[in-house]
Amino acid sequence: MAKIKIALAGNPNSGKTTLFNDLTGSNQYVGNWPGVTVEKKDGILKGAKDVVIQDLPGIYSLSPYSLEEKVSRKFLVEENPDAVINIVDGTNIERNLYLSTQLAELGLPMVMAVNMMDIVKRNGDTIDFAKIAKALRCEVVGISALKGDGGLEAANKAVELAEAAAKAKKPGEVPHVFSGSVEHAIAHIEESIQGKVPARSIRWYAIKIFERDRDVIKDLGIGVGEMKHMEQHIRDCEKELEDDAESIITNQRYEFIKNLMDKALTKSEKRRNRLTISDRIDKVVTHRLLALPVFILTLCAMWWLAVAENGPGTLLTDWANDGLLGEDGWTIPFTQTVVPGVQSLIAAGLGKIGVGETVTSLVVDGAWGGVATVLGFVPVIFVVFIFLSFLEDCGYMARVAFIMDRLFRKFGLSGKSFIPMIVGKGCGVPAVMAARTIENKRDQRMTIILATFIPCGAKTVIIAMFASLFFRDMWYVAALMDVIGIAIIVLGGIALKKTRAFAGEPAPFVMELPAYHMPTATGIWRHTWNRLKGYILKAGLIIFPACVFLWFVMHFDFSLNLLGDEQISESILAAVGGWIAWLLKPLGFGTWQGAAASVSAEIAKEQATATLSLVAANMGGDSADANIVNLFASMSAFPKLAALSFMLFNLFVPPCMVAIAVTFREMGSKAWGWFAVGFQLFVGYVLAMSVYQIGVLVAGGGFGVWTAVAVLVDLWCVWMVVRPAKGVRA
Amino acid sequence: MTLNELEIGKTAKVARLLGEGPVKRRMMDMGLTKGTEVMVRKVAPLGDPIEITVRGYELSLRKDEAAKIEVSV
Repeated sequence: MAKIKIALAGNPNSGKTTLFNDLTGSNQYVGNWPGVTVEKKDGILKGAKDVVIQDLPGIYSLSPYSLEEKVSRKFLVEENPDAVINIVDGTNIERNLYLSTQLAELGLPMVMAVNMMDIVKRNGDTIDFAKIAKALRCEVVGISALKGDGGLEAANKAVELAEAAAKAKKPGEVPHVFSGSVEHAIAHIEESIQGKVPARSIRWYAIKIFERDRDVIKDLGIGVGEMKHMEQHIRDCEKELEDDAESIITNQRYEFIKNLMDKALTKSEKRRNRLTISDRIDKVVTHRLLALPVFILTLCAMWWLAVAENGPGTLLTDWANDGLLGEDGWTIPFTQTVVPGVQSLIAAGLGKIGVGETVTSLVVDGAWGGVATVLGFVPVIFVVFIFLSFLEDCGYMARVAFIMDRLFRKFGLSGKSFIPMIVGKGCGVPAVMAARTIENKRDQRMTIILATFIPCGAKTVIIAMFASLFFRDMWYVAALMDVIGIAIIVLGGIALKKTRAFAGEPAPFVMELPAYHMPTATGIWRHTWNRLKGYILKAGLIIFPACVFLWFVMHFDFSLNLLGDEQISESILAAVGGWIAWLLKPLGFGTWQGAAASVSAEIAKEQATATLSLVAANMGGDSADANIVNLFASMSAFPKLAALSFMLFNLFVPPCMVAIAVTFREMGSKAWGWFAVGFQLFVGYVLAMSVYQIGVLVAGGGFGVWTAVAVLVDLWCVWMVVRPAKGVRA
Repeated sequence: MTLNELEIGKTAKVARLLGEGPVKRRMMDMGLTKGTEVMVRKVAPLGDPIEITVRGYELSLRKDEAAKIEVSV
């Protein structure tokens, strides 16, 4: 039996993704601001194996200008969905219906699901569904996706309509929303394109041609001659109504909607002019003076929870690292039962089956040790992700884009470029891909280059480890990494903007600020789990083999002799690390261990911590942690500075291999890919070097050649940022 | 007068859209059409963009985009 395809279309922030999850039970992001859903997503309708629900990107209109609109249009007119579910925000119904009129004109069987009815009722408003159904020639039902109310019924109705339409002999009715002369012109155009388009959508096509939609005209292969004939009718209307065709259509749509709302929508009197809760929250959050401090406080709260010495994140991490996964074991609360750590369990288990020392070392120290380091920091990442999910789902992120826009404008981007950077807090790979929504190629390139400077989840593991080993009493060092990331983006952006390649007019910025709403626990959990799952999988698929490989190169020398733990400095890893360590000398961690950890970070950033753990495990003594601290003490007379420098280097050089691969792909050209990598390498290196060299100077370590180099390069960078911009290139 | 000149808290009606192309279309799509009532809610902390209330929801746009919208008080 052929599958029934149902398109799910609606404005951003209308609750579409919540409905989609409701209908299909699949995992999805519920972002509360435009641009999150760029890819099309589909799923099977619950309880109906042969019905596919296709989630379209949130769109405001079916115009030919933005990527999301083009993707949606393409699906709706080319892929022949059997029905459409149009989700409409009942608390914002006027603007939502603008898209609905266009969807209805496509002639597809349609169910309008008016969402957030619980809030509408609470506000005391009423909506007359029957009147809307009559005006738009479709079925209208009320739902509350958040409460799981009515969604499935709406979907089943859509299936019914699809099946009925398949059997019907002629296409369904479409609404007529325009005035006499416009309708007249449209009728003429319809005549001219008879047979070129599916009968049920002919009206939609005719209206598009009236608007002189270039994509449609091209796709239909309408020649200059044919167009001239239709042009005459269009121009007559334009002259009569004293406006251009596109504006005429948009104006008349809204007039039609206004008239409809006068009849179908009754707003409660008492609500008029009273500030909503959202307004009240925004009074603080986007307040002229309070907004930035609130934002920074929010970031600090997140980091305090995640890595502060006595905060929940650290407590959980310590438990996970040493107790649960390590050797110490832990006591079940309220009991006397001691559970041995997984590491001791593995070691004991291997001992029981008589496995030799070498293989035990491979498994316990090598593979497990490395993986456990990564898994052990899951609590920190978990806290960060939950926090971010909450902020995105409740609607705060749109406010952040609003607040930051002016800053981003300084280098030709918009507050919307902040979105990839926020996504980058989770992982750089989707962050780079999220830049796809930026139409302007130049802006997109700049966003791709800058997006990965925000520390991602994997980099967070590095921050967590160093925070706990070197900066326990300075939890704000973690927050500082985010702030530095943002600073690099802003300053780097300004510097790039002044180069000829990136100069030009800024992209437009017209963005909705949706009402705040309390996210559901399930929503946040889904959102968080999606990201967390990626990390845990990465541990198994990438880091495990990487650890095994690293164990190998640590325990064998070039003649492939097995080395004892104390002979690690003769190993392949030490040798190779040594060859490049001299490059890192000015940064304070120029030893083979520092080099090996940094290079391994390109496989996956958290691998740096895994490598350090592996090295530490082979240094003898009781505590791997103490070993790492001693390691840095041996690298530099200023171990905390060296540790800080190591962190800065690994956080701000090019991201991991996968993210670099995606960068090359999204840039579309090898030259731009290399430029991105080169820029990032320069920034990370210079930053670490400057902090180390100048830090050493300030700490009384004296002035050396490299101090001078650092200062000179820093001055050049400052010049690149503050120099006057060249003439603007068109 | 253009929208960017409208004081915070004041309401006006859209008289004419001066822009063209995709930006103009976007503004109309979002409901900024002739005769629509708009109210300037606030200005962002760094001075730009502005937040307006239109057709019952909040929209943010830059001052130079708002300068392309003629309004009548």
